[in-house]
Amino acid sequence: MTTECIIEIKNLWTRFGAQVVHRDLNLCVHRGEVLSLVGGSGSGKTTLLRQMLGLEKPARGEVLVFGHRLHNGDAEELRRLRSRWGMLFQQGALFSALTVFDNIALPLREMKVLDEELIRDLVLMKLDMVGIERHHGSKMPSELSGGMIKRIALARALSLEPELLFLDEPTAGLDPDRSESFVTLIAELRRELGLTVVMVTHDLDTLVSLSDRVAVLCDQHVIAIGTVREIAGYSHKFIGNFFQGERGKRALEAVKDLAADINAQRPASRRPELQDNKGQGN
Amino acid sequence: MSDAALQPGIVPRIRISTGPDGKQLVEVAGAWNLRSLAPVVSVLIEHLQACAADASWDLRAVTAMDHAGALILWRSWGRRRANHLVLLPEHEPMFARLEAMQQQETVNAVPFDWRASVAFVGGGILALASHLTAAVLLLGNVVLDAIELLRRPQRIPWREISANIYHIGAQALGITALVGFLVGVVLSYLTGEQLRNYGAEIFLVNLLGVSIIRELGPVLAAILIAGRSGSAMTAQLGVMRVTEELDAMQVMGIPHTVRLILPKMIALAIAMPLIILWTDAVALFGGMMAAEAQLGLDYQFFLNGLPEAVPLANLWLGLGKGVVFGLLIALVACHFGLRIEANTESLGQGTTSSVVTAITVVIVVDAVFAVMFSSVGVF
Repeated sequence: MTTECIIEIKNLWTRFGAQVVHRDLNLCVHRGEVLSLVGGSGSGKTTLLRQMLGLEKPARGEVLVFGHRLHNGDAEELRRLRSRWGMLFQQGALFSALTVFDNIALPLREMKVLDEELIRDLVLMKLDMVGIERHHGSKMPSELSGGMIKRIALARALSLEPELLFLDEPTAGLDPDRSESFVTLIAELRRELGLTVVMVTHDLDTLVSLSDRVAVLCDQHVIAIGTVREIAGYSHKFIGNFFQGERGKRALEAVKDLAADINAQRPASRRPELQDNKGQGN
Repeated sequence: MSDAALQPGIVPRIRISTGPDGKQLVEVAGAWNLRSLAPVVSVLIEHLQACAADASWDLRAVTAMDHAGALILWRSWGRRRANHLVLLPEHEPMFARLEAMQQQETVNAVPFDWRASVAFVGGGILALASHLTAAVLLLGNVVLDAIELLRRPQRIPWREISANIYHIGAQALGITALVGFLVGVVLSYLTGEQLRNYGAEIFLVNLLGVSIIRELGPVLAAILIAGRSGSAMTAQLGVMRVTEELDAMQVMGIPHTVRLILPKMIALAIAMPLIILWTDAVALFGGMMAAEAQLGLDYQFFLNGLPEAVPLANLWLGLGKGVVFGLLIALVACHFGLRIEANTESLGQGTTSSVVTAITVVIVVDAVFAVMFSSVGVF
């Protein structure tokens, strides 16, 4: 692979008790791309995301982010790395004891070097960026709607000017209109800030409209990785159900010509880049 | 004025010189992002403030820039674009955003309002009134449900009652025994010392017996149970509110009062007198041991003297108080539990106020009992 890997996962194993969730899993996230992780429930998407964030330790194997090993126990290095990425949790995870303003200001204040006026300007700027009016700054998270919580959580994730952004189900729980505008917002910010994005999602519309590449987690491996178009044409039971079911077709139709394309190539003449699969699945 | 010690490329730097037109020329270089700026930000801001207002700015050597870096420069230009500015096209959007931001009104500070203090007091009184109303409504609801249950005994939630008795009663035996024993020992030592001065050692039995059986046992047990089980009840109901379980029950047509609150009140009303009996017994045992060790009163004497020294009415009074305390603790705990809103902040606050209120109510009601029954059980 010629492109630089921002995140590199090497031979990763995850076990919950006797159950093996990931077996010898390999993955590379390129600089500047939006990579989506998809997979059935229990396939360990969120666990993999948490391992990339250093919140969970894999049973075996390693995770390299910006070329640094995450799980080598160097707390100072992990702290430095953590200021280079932001995470948008599924429920927002805003601190319910703090106002919107203080939530966004918290990571900046924790740096202990910025003066309060600079922090104030930066926070207001983040609020502008995510399209939240300033007078909402004094509200508490419990007074906000789900869409606003997501936007503010995104602003907080961006407050340390990260290069890498993790999204866990960014549009879950939003109505179609709100998720549409949230997806547009993420796409705009990503362009403006040059972010690399790793995203876990179930929502096909989000997947199709945001991702550059899709990695499919199934049977303890990444079974396929490639563009939406490549993946959707790949014949595998899970992928078939995911993309070629009614919902999948509808979502794909939204993207010009893609559905026709996939139908034409369904005999799998053009296979996406396959990961080593050691006789698992299909 | 550049920082020669810092390596180029990564570290943010500024160089101030005199340009060809005789004006000041500021060259900005390096990475102007939050991560690189953090260690040197105060020094940089100082240097930037020293720049002349009409200086020309050259930002072409900047390798990376984010909003924080742009903002620091922006502030040093007096919150507007510098007159003479050259920069890379990719950094243009940052300053465009800053310029757009400047157009907006800044947030006004909230002016001082003298009415706020009046409103604060009034709000507190209204909150108290609403608590009282809600508690009375809850009590009425529970009573009506209890009457309904008596008419249809097959609906009585026996399993919940039994589970609650186990959690509140059986599992609290250890802690109440420990506290009761130690209080008995301490009380016996302190009063024994005083009584010996007057040669009235034998009255220790009367002192310990009446104080523990009538007052200390019930109140100690009630305070422990309020802290232990009251908080657990409030938190349980609160978590059920947060996870919408309470709403789910309501939708299914199962009233909270029958399934959650009534069993807790009945269980506490049953368990409380039993725990009090247990606490009394252990505390008296502790006092007896201390009396034997300190004053040489033997167990035989102590146990024989107890029925004569303490009229039986005191025990019934203590146990009766236990029933009332149990009902009140459960009522207060459930009342606060149901008022918790669906956020974590409210959960913590609700649990704290539940315990504080329950303990206060126990002590107030105990005082009322003391006045009401002042002539009962005394010689």
